[in-house]
Amino acid sequence: MTDALSNPVTSNVEPNEGFIHRFGEGLQRSLPVILTAGGLLIVWQVGVTVFNVPTFMAPSPTAIAVALYENAGTLWRNVQPTMLEAALGFVFGNLFAILLAIWFVHSPTAEQAVYPLAVFVKAIPIIALAPILVLIFGNGLTPKIIIAALICFFPTLVNMVQGLKSASPAMLDLMRVLSASPNEILWKVRIPASLPFLFAALRIAATSCVMGAIVAEWIGSTYGLGALIIDATFNFRSALLYATVVIAALLAVLLFSLVSLAESRIVRWKPAASE
Amino acid sequence: MLAALEQNLETSASHPAISVRNVSVRFGEGRGEVTALSDVSLDIPEGGFVTMLGPSGCGKSTLLRAIADLVPTSGGDISVLGRSPRQAREGRDFAFVFQDATLLPWRSVIDNVRLPIEVGKKNGASFDDPHKLLAMVGLAGREDALPHELSGGMRQRVAIARALVTRPRILLMDEPFGALDEITRDKLNEELLRIWQETGTTIVFVTHSIPEAAFLGQHVLMLKAHPGRVKDFMKVDFPSGRSLAIRDTVEFITVTARLRTMLEECL
Repeated sequence: MTDALSNPVTSNVEPNEGFIHRFGEGLQRSLPVILTAGGLLIVWQVGVTVFNVPTFMAPSPTAIAVALYENAGTLWRNVQPTMLEAALGFVFGNLFAILLAIWFVHSPTAEQAVYPLAVFVKAIPIIALAPILVLIFGNGLTPKIIIAALICFFPTLVNMVQGLKSASPAMLDLMRVLSASPNEILWKVRIPASLPFLFAALRIAATSCVMGAIVAEWIGSTYGLGALIIDATFNFRSALLYATVVIAALLAVLLFSLVSLAESRIVRWKPAASE
Repeated sequence: MLAALEQNLETSASHPAISVRNVSVRFGEGRGEVTALSDVSLDIPEGGFVTMLGPSGCGKSTLLRAIADLVPTSGGDISVLGRSPRQAREGRDFAFVFQDATLLPWRSVIDNVRLPIEVGKKNGASFDDPHKLLAMVGLAGREDALPHELSGGMRQRVAIARALVTRPRILLMDEPFGALDEITRDKLNEELLRIWQETGTTIVFVTHSIPEAAFLGQHVLMLKAHPGRVKDFMKVDFPSGRSLAIRDTVEFITVTARLRTMLEECL
């Protein structure tokens, strides 16, 4: 959350700065991490070759790259349902959390009655819940979406409630002096004030919804990255397993980047500085 | 002394903008109850500039907030332009300026000034031009800036422009310049006097600063602490007019010395 607050605001970038210039700057900033990642890959490759590690334990980066290329079709077919489940879970889980948070802020009774139940849902290990949902909803997309949604739900609920309550007492006094209606207070003060909190939660949700979808696919699914992971594991297709993990990570990074991009477009302001 | 004071008030203002009668405000319940204001009576003359001074805990902010319908009273009557504080609030008779500028950080300067136009009951109210008001507080050209890009003094100017946009007949100001450095505060004091003269708005201004209270107020309302009561309602008159330079004159220093003595008696 403080993470979101200290996030550099893109409006600081001069609008007339050229794209190439900005690209160059971005490259300069990410150069250390590119070098680190490259170095690790080289150490891995050399280590596997020098110590003669069997491929089923740890395939070399080049072997994984080959597996990525050779299984491109399989990976593409299986990444699609996982992406769909993760995205729908993300949307439904967060939407439900946001609406619930708005309800809580309007009705303290609702908060007292429902919040503890939400904590209880959070306390259930998701992996334990997956088989139950498969029994109820069968082997289709539904249980996977529900699990992805459940994983997103709680962090967003907590952050959104906090965000909606983050409007300062002075701001609420101001709205009272202006005789603003509860609806106007919600839309003009509480929701804008909650956005940095919401986006902090959405960034967490962007990666965890992919995890939720994959875990759900472990339980008797025949498609998706989760099913591919199980299949590759039991057939000792190590390189394919690693390739699948790479794709799963890329999917999570993609969703995370989309959320970060949306945040930088929407939250262009900094929270009220101390005066 | 109180009777004499009341008589004095009645003769000095036949049509008070704000009339407070035997008002008390208590917070909490049972043994934790705190009396913030006890039996306070006063009149604020229409078009006047009244500064409120008193030791910490004398309830000056509480009184201002009670007038603004932000704090419920436990007894007595408050009348704002002949109406209850609630009616006056809904009729946009007064505007409030907080210690913190209380700008919405996601809105540009001009959109912050427009906020009062967008919310609340409109019922045919007339509004002042936000651009004109920003020019009046010296912020022409900064319409599209975001609050975090402004200095504290500039933010408070925006808050004043926002307060004036509803053309309020009364401006309630709760230590609006308390957090600013002295030079900025002096400048804003001078500008506030100019705005007061241009608009003819009644201003009630809470402050901690004796020079500020003397420089701005036609009247200084002194409150005593524990519980908050009226100590004095003192007329301040500078025949030579009010510019920042008068603060080095003997007459100004005489006034501030009297206020300081009075303030010490309030403790």
